[in-house]
Amino acid sequence: MVDRVPFDEMFGSSEDTPRPPYREYESWFREQDGNWIQRKSREAEQFFRTTGITFAVYGEDDAEERLIPFDVVPRILSASEWSRLTRGIEQRVRAINAFLHDIYHRQEILRAGRIPQRLIAENSAFLDQMIGFNPPGGVYTHILGVDLVRTGPDRFYALEDNARIPSGVSYMLENRETMMSMFPELFSRLRIREVSDYPQRLRRALEAAAPPACKGTPVIAVLTPGIHNSAYFEHAFLASQMGAQLVEGHDLRVEGGRVAMRTTRGYRPIDILYRRVDDEFLDPLTFRSDSVLGVPGIMDIYRAGGITIANAPGTGIADDKAIYSYMPDIVRFYTGERPLLENVPTYRCSEPDSLGYVLDHLDELVVKEVHGSGGYGMLVGPTASKRQISAFRKVLLADPANYIAQPTLSLSTVPTMTRDGLSPRHVDLRPFVLVSPGRVDITPGGLTRVALKKGSLVVNSSQGGGTKDSWVLDE
Amino acid sequence: MNSPQRSPDMLSKNADGIVWMFRSMERSENIARLIEAGLRIALTRSGEAPDEWRSILTTVGATDGFERHGSGEYTAAVVTNYLLRARTNPGSVMALIESARTNARTVRTAITQELWEATNECYMTMRDRLSRQVRSTELVHVLGEIRRQSALVRGALHGTMLRNDAFSFAQIGTYLERADNTARIIDMKYYVLLPSLSMVGSSLDNVQWDTILRSLSAQRGYHWLHPEGRAAFNIASFLILDDRFPRSLAFSVGRVQESLRWLEQAYGERHTAHDMADDLHRELAGATMEGIFDFGLHESLQRYLHLVGMLARQIEHDFRFRVA
Repeated sequence: MVDRVPFDEMFGSSEDTPRPPYREYESWFREQDGNWIQRKSREAEQFFRTTGITFAVYGEDDAEERLIPFDVVPRILSASEWSRLTRGIEQRVRAINAFLHDIYHRQEILRAGRIPQRLIAENSAFLDQMIGFNPPGGVYTHILGVDLVRTGPDRFYALEDNARIPSGVSYMLENRETMMSMFPELFSRLRIREVSDYPQRLRRALEAAAPPACKGTPVIAVLTPGIHNSAYFEHAFLASQMGAQLVEGHDLRVEGGRVAMRTTRGYRPIDILYRRVDDEFLDPLTFRSDSVLGVPGIMDIYRAGGITIANAPGTGIADDKAIYSYMPDIVRFYTGERPLLENVPTYRCSEPDSLGYVLDHLDELVVKEVHGSGGYGMLVGPTASKRQISAFRKVLLADPANYIAQPTLSLSTVPTMTRDGLSPRHVDLRPFVLVSPGRVDITPGGLTRVALKKGSLVVNSSQGGGTKDSWVLDE
Repeated sequence: MNSPQRSPDMLSKNADGIVWMFRSMERSENIARLIEAGLRIALTRSGEAPDEWRSILTTVGATDGFERHGSGEYTAAVVTNYLLRARTNPGSVMALIESARTNARTVRTAITQELWEATNECYMTMRDRLSRQVRSTELVHVLGEIRRQSALVRGALHGTMLRNDAFSFAQIGTYLERADNTARIIDMKYYVLLPSLSMVGSSLDNVQWDTILRSLSAQRGYHWLHPEGRAAFNIASFLILDDRFPRSLAFSVGRVQESLRWLEQAYGERHTAHDMADDLHRELAGATMEGIFDFGLHESLQRYLHLVGMLARQIEHDFRFRVA
């Protein structure tokens, strides 16, 4: 599968004729002086440094702030490509919310035998505290980031449904700002759909799911683990842009049946908490008792209708990698429709037959931890050394149920600026999806991540990935 | 400032962070001024001026750290390096600017994009310029850069921030620190300013006075208002009581009081800190230099420092900076 020539989104199978969405950009690009674009490329870095859009890489000695490399060549989708994609995303996201409601209520899907009982019962992402509870507005995943990859003109796969705390939206917004300030003429030449109102859309989506206790205009706060978190910039950025408070656990406490923040005038209630803290740290009285990032007692207030927590606790059961392989069934079960977005064929190493197959084909497969994220603890068979593969084999055999495996997809490429000019690099796409009661709102575009190393398929920023501005053209 | 209108609640953490952001900026700038004054003295004398550098270290409360970590040499090169950038000095200009920027990150949602970017650029610029020991030929430029970066941050504050509680806390931080620093700088030389017949007119005196005025960027203002020349009495009065001079004790306390009064109106709440600020301001407004000299200049300055410190702590308490 990997030795096929990957699909290039700018040129397709042609050498020099760009595909329609890239036509205008490509002709603009040819008019420019290559050195000038190279210089602009370096300018972008200064822009990001001043804005402070940096991240910390876990596991590096020097906890210096680093920039995610930004590539000046945009990733472009046509209006029709986008509208087809959004239909698939919307269908999937509706199914995920229906699934979450069902799994915490009657569990019809288990009764129907479509998903094995043990996958839920033995899953640490399933929270007993959510059983029988209806989150405000019936929304579980207010914010969702579906990772998509592409292998051909019409083939998109959903690779991961980030239904817990999807990150990266600040990069989507800052990438656009950067492009507009560096290449303003492009934006008058092409009609590119706006992304800059995302914070307002996010605010509206959250407000629409205010809790019963809320009176008047909802008070929204973003809960961050703090300044040392790798995504702190994004937390501050979003709070700032949507006019919300940015709080940490120690700013909050339960008072008078509400969750309240310490202000210069005393404790004031919060209606909606957009939390960027994992479930297990949310409430030391309910989950991990050693957590200092959460609010003691918040789960009681939540269950009593005193606050909206976004995303709802326990949504991790829907983006669990073990559940992932059942997504087509989930979509069919709740929508009664054929899934519009494809799922990558997935081997569950918990099943003996699949494990056997995976062990025999380690050099062809991508093997991932069921609960892993960020590109850590995974094996990319085709690019791994013999030694890496044999080391991974031992890890896998020690705990097979902890792994799934997928064929290596031949990810599409987009030309990317390198020292030697444009060169194709593999990309993925994370559109950001907002869910409010009865409505799914997808910001046109999303975050394109690009594997900057030649031939690499790993796009994670922690593993040498960069980002691109992502354009959806108007009709 | 205009009369307050209702605005969203402010997190105590942000008020605290903004106060410290501006205290750190103010202090870093004042240290740069002190160094400039020290260099000036060294220039007007042949050779090093160890006593001068020692007194500057005392003023910023860095003597102990300097003796513990440094070579103990009171020379321009060693002392300026310690004050500007030594990693062993938690109160170095670089450490203060980094702290201002860390606080700015923490309160990112309470300040404007421009204020954040100015603070971040200040940090990035000074980190580059102070990445290695500053050569003596570069020193003047680097000190100028510190003042310039500080001015850009202040400009962004005044040009872009809403006149709300966040702005009031920025003012409170700036002027609490300035009142404190000004009192310390005068106190460093209080003996020079004490009217003493034997010293008046001596050349040593003049150099020392000049240092004080320069440490507070007060030369021009003083000479404008006192064309008759330097006199201990007038200088002390100018630096402590003249509220036309924006670094005087009276002016600084006046700004703190003004910001507190704004908060009182906006919040509809009056605290102990309001009373303390009013008392201190009234005391300074009613004070005379004769009275101050009678009580003792050093004793008076120590008293003001104490009151300013108490006021700062009371503000932290009244606006709930920490969990009660």
